[in-house]
Amino acid sequence: MAKEFIKGNYAVVKAAILAGAETYFGYPITPASEIAEGSAFYFPKTGRTFLQAESEVASINMLYGAGGAGVRTLTASSSPGISLMQEGISYSVGSEVPCLIVNVNRGGPGLGNIAPEQSDYNQSTKGGGHGSYHLIVLAPNSAQEMCDFTIKGFELADRYRTPVLLLTDAFIGQMMEPVEFPEPISKQDLPSKPWATLGNPQTKKSIINSIYLEPAEMEQHIIRLEKKMDEVKQKEVLFEEYLIEDAEIITVGYGIISRVLKNVVEDLRAKGIKVGLLRPQTLWPFPEKRLAQLAEKVNKFLVVEMSNGQMINDVKLATNCKPEIYFYNRMGGVVPTADEIIHKIENIMGGNNG
Amino acid sequence: MGKLLQKPKSFYNEFFRSPSPDKLSTHYCPGCGHGVIHKYVAEAMDDFGIADNTIWISPVGCSVFGYYYFDCGHQQVPHGRAPAVATGVKRSHPEAIVISYQGDGDLAAIGGNNIIQAANRGENITVIFVNNSIYGMTGGQMAPTTLVGQTTTTSPYGRNPANEGYPMRMAELIAQLEAPVYVERVALNNAQNRNKTRKAIRKALKIQIDKKGFSLVEILSQCPSGWKVSPVDSLKWMEENQMPYFPLGVFKDVVEQRNPLETKPRIWDKDTIIKMLDLDRQVKEYAKPNPTKDIYEQPKIKVAGFGGQGILMLGVLLSEAAMLNGKQVTWIPSYGPEMRGGTANCQVVIRNNKVGNPSVDKPTILIAMNQPSLDRFEKDVIPGGLIVINETLVTSGVTRDDVDVLAHPFSDIADKQLGTVKVQNSLILGALIKHTNMLDQQAIFDALPAHIKKIDLIPLNKKAIELGFSLG
Ligand SMILES: Cc1ncc(C[n+]2csc(CCOP(=O)(O)OP(=O)(O)O)c2C)c(N)n1
Ligand code: SF4
Ligand SMILES: [Mg+2]
Repeated sequence: MAKEFIKGNYAVVKAAILAGAETYFGYPITPASEIAEGSAFYFPKTGRTFLQAESEVASINMLYGAGGAGVRTLTASSSPGISLMQEGISYSVGSEVPCLIVNVNRGGPGLGNIAPEQSDYNQSTKGGGHGSYHLIVLAPNSAQEMCDFTIKGFELADRYRTPVLLLTDAFIGQMMEPVEFPEPISKQDLPSKPWATLGNPQTKKSIINSIYLEPAEMEQHIIRLEKKMDEVKQKEVLFEEYLIEDAEIITVGYGIISRVLKNVVEDLRAKGIKVGLLRPQTLWPFPEKRLAQLAEKVNKFLVVEMSNGQMINDVKLATNCKPEIYFYNRMGGVVPTADEIIHKIENIMGGNNG
Repeated sequence: MGKLLQKPKSFYNEFFRSPSPDKLSTHYCPGCGHGVIHKYVAEAMDDFGIADNTIWISPVGCSVFGYYYFDCGHQQVPHGRAPAVATGVKRSHPEAIVISYQGDGDLAAIGGNNIIQAANRGENITVIFVNNSIYGMTGGQMAPTTLVGQTTTTSPYGRNPANEGYPMRMAELIAQLEAPVYVERVALNNAQNRNKTRKAIRKALKIQIDKKGFSLVEILSQCPSGWKVSPVDSLKWMEENQMPYFPLGVFKDVVEQRNPLETKPRIWDKDTIIKMLDLDRQVKEYAKPNPTKDIYEQPKIKVAGFGGQGILMLGVLLSEAAMLNGKQVTWIPSYGPEMRGGTANCQVVIRNNKVGNPSVDKPTILIAMNQPSLDRFEKDVIPGGLIVINETLVTSGVTRDDVDVLAHPFSDIADKQLGTVKVQNSLILGALIKHTNMLDQQAIFDALPAHIKKIDLIPLNKKAIELGFSLG
């Protein structure tokens, strides 16, 4: 297929349909509404269901119903809406319902603003709702990855029977870039789901459920869920490295920040400072093994985030605080410029190479 | 434990999922209405032969263990959310029979909006609403349907309307909506009313089977444990307390007037999907551009002006053309506070390899559509860069002498020679391409159809680009 020059938010919509998604449920909120609007346009055209729910509480429960009924389903929202979904997300984990949730992270806490932030990192990667669990969290940094990770998100959700979160921001969502879309998946190639309630005699014994009254049984259930996620940790970590081999300082950033950091790396290398970049593409599972390896040979790390410092804690844990870990952040929707970060790194490196 | 005598086929013979050692009795208290209602629903499922296709939705409440009993598919769901979950299930499998079995705390309190909205959408589901005027499962707290003066653990002095309002008549409320097909309130107090309950449940299921839409049966049901009365006295309690406030009867029945709902089939044919998603464009080859200066090989461009000057579109068309011409490219609009005050800008980065930062702080090319844009961004342009100026709205010239300038009264020219100022952006685009030779001219023309949705405007934009070539 020809390349499309398209906004990240619309890439999600087309990719979802190509991945065989049959239902979209969502409630409008800036800056995620484009995904709802795109879905309202394209889902009916392909005989699929688009429904504007009465709230995010309803949206996520509609996903629970649809995902439990064995179809690929998605919703998109932004921070305040994702907060409202936490109960349903927890139930989806407990009942092992696959679904895809897109969070176009905006400024918070409270109503905040509609500008890009990365302040929902903790909510996304540490659980977010009640109970012991983790979500699989994918962090795209381009329109192409908005497409690719949407498709990957459905695959992971089905493979592990768990909700997957695509964590992005207003910047990535609004940006237009060329995207190469894959062929649509055929119905036969979708995974079969004998566990789902398909409304047929074969799945009459199917039960979507998160109640385990006996504590010992409940414990076993949680252990089973944890084992599943251990496998995710083993197999599904994704990250990208840029000029890391000879780096004297490694920058760590995801989403739009990683794009800025790429320029920082290039500009500083032109000035003779050896900077590298590690970009987590999965925020959970986090590339902790790789970070631990790198911490053996590099003793300066700079974590850049558009939050009050959330991912930095995972970097500290992964590296056991062995290297010097520096932090640079902007908040409220301010995207740091390459110059600001360059200045920070020049300061860290003592200005000797400047 | 209540024993069910004759078990309907849609009921399991042994409740193998129940943790209780007694696999023949339900978990309900003696005299509880839930067991009776379960039996009626199971009998109706038998009669219609629908158990194989039924998906039972159990939110939290005493009936959350519906999956112990009914031989059909089950989803156990959050408190109050049954109608939303049922919507998700039904929209996924329109042929399945979806039963939302809800208590009064569930339906009228925490899930109040969910039931109203599902009813208002006319979801083709059947709602069995068990009104026992109490929160049974959690030990007898007050429900929205708790009667005035009724004592519960959270209304120990009796429900006081001055503090907690009046009991909600949900059947009447739902019946006010346009979409629902059938809404009735029934009761379990005597044989005659139990018979009516049986019939109402059958009718509600038949409506769903016939694809006629939303139905709700509210059932006044006894909770001896919550009411603190004996099973025998509970019927009298119902008659003396519930029934005077909650009148029985049909509140809405438009079954005869409604046609079966139609559902469109999903499309799986690959070519159709590709076409419907507008992904069926043909790949074309273009000439390798030969820029007039090296810096135009991988330029960063900022387009700035008033909202409404076609600034975003200018950037999009340029980017699309760059992509067609084999380049990597990003486009971002101005956002946040910058969008206010009527100014707009967009930033385009064109590279041979993957673009890093899509933000343009130091443009190679600045297109200033008005004076404030020139004032604000002139200083940022790289030495040797290009500033394109719309002289119609820019009165002062460029003050720097280390940049190239391409200036024309673009708005005036568009207005006078093309009949509308609206195509000033395409005019500038043409001039820019000619001046820099950064892209194949054909790619610019081919970029138009992907982004100009009103196809009758494409010829005029083509004309504007051509005229622009003569200005470059
Ligand atoms: C979010 C949430 N809040 C509260 C509860 C606790 N809870 C469980 S059932 C219930 C009330 C059930 O009453 P009703 O819906 O009337 O059903 P009944 O048991 O009377 O049949 C409550 C408050 C819960 N499970 N989830
Ligand atoms: S508490 Fe009430 S509703 Fe619950 S099982 Fe006992 S009698 Fe039935
Ligand atoms: Mg109740």
